[in-house]
Amino acid sequence: MGKIIKYVLYDILQNKIIIAYSLFLLLVSISFLSLENDSGKGTLSLLNIILIVLPLVSIVFSTIHFYNSYEFIELLIAQPLPRNKILLSEFLGVCIALLVGFAIGVGLPIVMLSFNQAGAMLLLSGALLTVVFTSLAFWASVITNDKAKGIGISLMLWFYFSLIYDGLVLMLLFTFGDYPLEKAVMVLTALNPVDLGRIMILLKLDASALMGYTGALYKNFFGSGYGTAIASAVMLVWAIVPLLLALRMFKQKDL
Amino acid sequence: MLYRIFICFFLLLTSQNCAFAATVEVCPNCNTTSVAQAINIAQPCDTVLVQAGTYHEPTLLIDKPLFLIGRNFPILDGQEKVEIISVQASQVVIDGFQIINAAFSSSRELAGINVMNAGYIQISNNRLNNTCFGIYLANVNNSAILNNTLQAQATIELSAGNGIHAWKCNNLLINGNTVTGHRDGIYFEFVTYSSIINNHSHKNLRYGLHFMFSNNDRYQNNIFENNGAGVAVMYSNKVTMINNHFVHNWGDSAYGLLLKDIADSHIEGNLFEENTTGIHMEGSSRMDLIYNTFTQNGWAVQLQASCDNNDFSNNNFTGNTFDIATNGTLVLNKINHNFWDKYEGYDLNKDGIGDVPYRPVSLYSMLVAEMPFTIMLWRSFVVYLIDRMEKLLPSLTPENMLDSSPLMKKVNYDTSKST
Repeated sequence: MGKIIKYVLYDILQNKIIIAYSLFLLLVSISFLSLENDSGKGTLSLLNIILIVLPLVSIVFSTIHFYNSYEFIELLIAQPLPRNKILLSEFLGVCIALLVGFAIGVGLPIVMLSFNQAGAMLLLSGALLTVVFTSLAFWASVITNDKAKGIGISLMLWFYFSLIYDGLVLMLLFTFGDYPLEKAVMVLTALNPVDLGRIMILLKLDASALMGYTGALYKNFFGSGYGTAIASAVMLVWAIVPLLLALRMFKQKDL
Repeated sequence: MLYRIFICFFLLLTSQNCAFAATVEVCPNCNTTSVAQAINIAQPCDTVLVQAGTYHEPTLLIDKPLFLIGRNFPILDGQEKVEIISVQASQVVIDGFQIINAAFSSSRELAGINVMNAGYIQISNNRLNNTCFGIYLANVNNSAILNNTLQAQATIELSAGNGIHAWKCNNLLINGNTVTGHRDGIYFEFVTYSSIINNHSHKNLRYGLHFMFSNNDRYQNNIFENNGAGVAVMYSNKVTMINNHFVHNWGDSAYGLLLKDIADSHIEGNLFEENTTGIHMEGSSRMDLIYNTFTQNGWAVQLQASCDNNDFSNNNFTGNTFDIATNGTLVLNKINHNFWDKYEGYDLNKDGIGDVPYRPVSLYSMLVAEMPFTIMLWRSFVVYLIDRMEKLLPSLTPENMLDSSPLMKKVNYDTSKST
């Protein structure tokens, strides 16, 4: 397994996309954090990058990488190796590469320029989102053999989680605005990893506004160490479930 | 300055009547060992000098002009059975005591120091602890409450008293006191021509300062922090609020400053920091809000449509989640010449004033005001898009709520220049 991960990492390093990705993040983070005189504002601008660019890159890169190493996977399957191990190694390889890219691109500047609670939370949810979207990408690519279709599914997933879902929730809240929806809203949050990541960060950034009515409910829940742990756990579920689905499908897949 | 004038005035009045005064000394080893007894034998205008020690006394009733002076903070302990000092005469000074454990009654308002129907009182340098009401003034004129420390451990509003409670008073000076753990830190009802200066009111259950039906008052250089619901100023006219700090009042109905039915008042140079709502204004008219700083608040200003002719200028708005929220489309207030950190306009002629107006009310802030749980979507991409669209073509937010001359740079305010 270790050997396969090594090959995957070597392969990823060779095509240099991940290096460009790290450099892009590094440039953006440094400029945001050092240009804004208020570090909170810099973190806020980074928030948008984390919530939009990070999932997009993770999901598209992972999908494309999967299809590009299709022949390598076929070759491995011909060897006496369990299929689980092969897919898991692929997943871990891509995951590690993206996480290292994120650590260099965002982690380094935050630790050096504005390390506070909000920054730490930004790093935590960024890392979790990377894992979640890589896992979703693997699921999407195992579903179909057609590369175009696979990338299409990945993009749709990204679009759904970052835009459509929130639109639907907003519509829902409008429709049922007369009912007490505080608890329901909390459950709705857990159904979207991007929202979950956003709220974890917001609780550290916009604490004052969130201390109002409903916000206090969030604050009491997510703001405590216990709540952060639960939120992270739900994110991990979001990472593990698609991966398990992918593993199951991959086992029975006719390559 | 005001303080000095006050003291001179005070001394003048007392000295005229008290020409030949004696001193009665109280200490555990003196001839007189009881403060009550000493007050009893003292002639009007005498000094009762109490040395350090712990005194369990009945309620000390002061019914003549008297100087009650404590040396090294003698302790007057009410043992939660009695009200500790009750003043019913004018020209009384109470200075340098540690006053603890007053009784609690659900029918009467018992206090550490209770002053009723009097004038020319000075209560200074005392430390009060666990007194239901701290200093209770009813129908008191021309008096000063200076440099006291009031502490209580109230847990529920019903069984708690106010720190400094003033009812139907005139010409008070409340300076340099620290109040914590009471229901309201400082409570004013029907109090006129009075000043509240340099006080620190924090961690009180309800309001740091509660102000009702009190006209022509001024409060300045006070710090109000971590109070249950911030500071409330209601049903009053001509109140001046200068250089106060309203910090960290968090909660659903917590405000840095709640203004309800206030008119002709002046709010200058205050700092509102980390409050859920900086200022909540309702039914307020003809007020000047200038040189204030709003930073890191949830809502900097909630300006209800029932306010009119208020003038916001030269204020700094930085790092707030929402700058201004309102509940209607009617705008009868002037908002000009403020600095907004969210302003994205430009200044072509370099006169320091932005060339395009700034709209401080975002669509989303109105949405949240109506449906609080939509705060869940704050800073999501959808909300960003909605707000952008609304900024380009305002349809739901009040069209006239805008700063037509936003400043490009932060306003620097010199606190010494305040009027």
